[in-house]
Amino acid sequence: MLEARGITVRLGRRAVLCGVDFEARAGHLTAIVGPNGSGKTTLLRALTGDLSHGGRVRLNGQDIADLRPWALAGLRGVLPQATPMAFPFTAAEVVRLGLTGGVEAGAAGLVPQALARVGLAGFEGRYYQELSGGEQQRVQLARVLAQIWEPVAHGAPRWLFLDEPVSSLDIGHQLQVMGIARDFADRGGGVVAVMHDLNLTAMFADRVALISEGRVLGLGQPGAVLRNDLLSTAYRCPIRVNTPPARGTYLLPHAAGRVAAE
Amino acid sequence: MVAISPDSAPTVQGWDRGTQARRVTLLLVVALGVVSVFSLTVGAAGTSPWAVLADMIAGREVALADRVVLFEIRLPRLVLGALVGAALAVSGAVMQGLFRNPLADPGLVGVSAGAGLGAITAIVLGGLLPAGLAAALGYYAVPVAAFLGGWAATLVLYGIATRRGRTSVATMLLGGIALGALTGALSGILVYMADDAQLRDLTFWGLGSLAGATWAKLAAAAPLMVLALVAAPMLARGLNGLALGEAAAFHIGIPVQRLKAVAILTVAGATGAAVAVSGGIGFVGIVVPHLLRLATGPDHRYLLVNSALLGAALLILADVISRIVIAPAELPIGIVTAVLGGPFFLWILLRKRGVLDL
Repeated sequence: MLEARGITVRLGRRAVLCGVDFEARAGHLTAIVGPNGSGKTTLLRALTGDLSHGGRVRLNGQDIADLRPWALAGLRGVLPQATPMAFPFTAAEVVRLGLTGGVEAGAAGLVPQALARVGLAGFEGRYYQELSGGEQQRVQLARVLAQIWEPVAHGAPRWLFLDEPVSSLDIGHQLQVMGIARDFADRGGGVVAVMHDLNLTAMFADRVALISEGRVLGLGQPGAVLRNDLLSTAYRCPIRVNTPPARGTYLLPHAAGRVAAE
Repeated sequence: MVAISPDSAPTVQGWDRGTQARRVTLLLVVALGVVSVFSLTVGAAGTSPWAVLADMIAGREVALADRVVLFEIRLPRLVLGALVGAALAVSGAVMQGLFRNPLADPGLVGVSAGAGLGAITAIVLGGLLPAGLAAALGYYAVPVAAFLGGWAATLVLYGIATRRGRTSVATMLLGGIALGALTGALSGILVYMADDAQLRDLTFWGLGSLAGATWAKLAAAAPLMVLALVAAPMLARGLNGLALGEAAAFHIGIPVQRLKAVAILTVAGATGAAVAVSGGIGFVGIVVPHLLRLATGPDHRYLLVNSALLGAALLILADVISRIVIAPAELPIGIVTAVLGGPFFLWILLRKRGVLDL
């Protein structure tokens, strides 16, 4: 269980988040959506312990402010939006950095396994800087997976935090990465992902938090949050939610205003 | 499923560069031993360490001159050279890891400049000290002042760059450049004030030298350098993580603020002590880690140890060269490292152009 109460973050005089409450359960993929500048990434950074903030964040019942960095690293992994590396590390060396956290040091066999998991088998000796943006993003995901390889450790769930994990990926790899996140949750771990793509969110998320101007407009099942009225208010444009009869997924967003103008 | 072949792109054979790096460590230990022995045999006096050794084993009386040359001149000089070389190379490697920039160097962030200002102050204004204090400091005045200057520069820099326990690397780099300019200007004012004899001292100190190494001088500077060299390998995992950026380093469990504080203290201690006893010896801090990164990769678990070994071996070798090229006179060692290191570095840059940008 991830519980955040009264999260307030100020950058200068501006309050980016004002008293946000948020929660996510193990076994669920919880998506955080909202327009640019709404405070999605700031909320994620507060949840991962990166930012000093007002309020409390409890992970598996423990206040993360009381946990040492290495203890926290054994509990949760974080995939940033992009990770430029200093120095010519190879893909395998980058993935191995994930083993410095909670994982026992002898698990070097995990490196090729983690790379294979993200579809980069055989990339071990490639220089990170020579990879494409999408490949770099997947190498970093392999590093994060290596850090928290088992979704449940010592009976407690581990947590995977993703900050726009698919923003530099083509559609095939978007589905692959979301599938990995989905699988992590299905095996008992908790996943919290900041998402831009509302269609992917509707396809993969168990719960959705809609953020706008530093406040939570809605937190619940996709059907309860991804609604015409809430989305149109949050994104300040008319949005229509379509529910195709064949499957329970939503096709979003639909710029209804544009259609009406024609 | 189509297998993506990575064959066409540059790869690292066998992808585990650790084995290779450990082999290099072994090689460097041997090389350090060889240049150390060589350094003991070379000198203006023509004393042979083998003859002295044979005499000692046979229980014969060793000639006083030979004993002094070997144990009071060449040996402390050898140890000082090894320590200074290791300290400079490790300082460079740690600083580069800390700033995530292969060009970062204690020279860049004003630590060396601060130490230099201390030394110049001692040389030019030393005469103004109360006679009692000057006598007490005696020989130590310049090294102590240089060391204090290096520490002061680091502390000021840390104060500028740190707010509420967080250190901004960009502020530190910019602040370091400003601090370097300021200390350089203050040094310039002192040089302008100096008389002819002081100018000569300043010039020789600035060129760098291991000459005049004694056990007493060594005892003053060695503890700091040894402490820094012992602390450095403990930073290795943290510096590796820092290559991901500070946020991601924290995510994989590295106490980033503490790591940065210890790294800065390590660099200040090693550089301050090295500059204090040997003046300005350039190029070791940049060239040595760079060469090793090209050879065995940027993993600090191997890079720091190998940098210490290669830095020590190279400085001893440079010192030997400085003693033989214009024997019986000596060339300042700073000139040797620059003359050898500069073109070699350029050659590497030209050969590896493209790969270096990786």
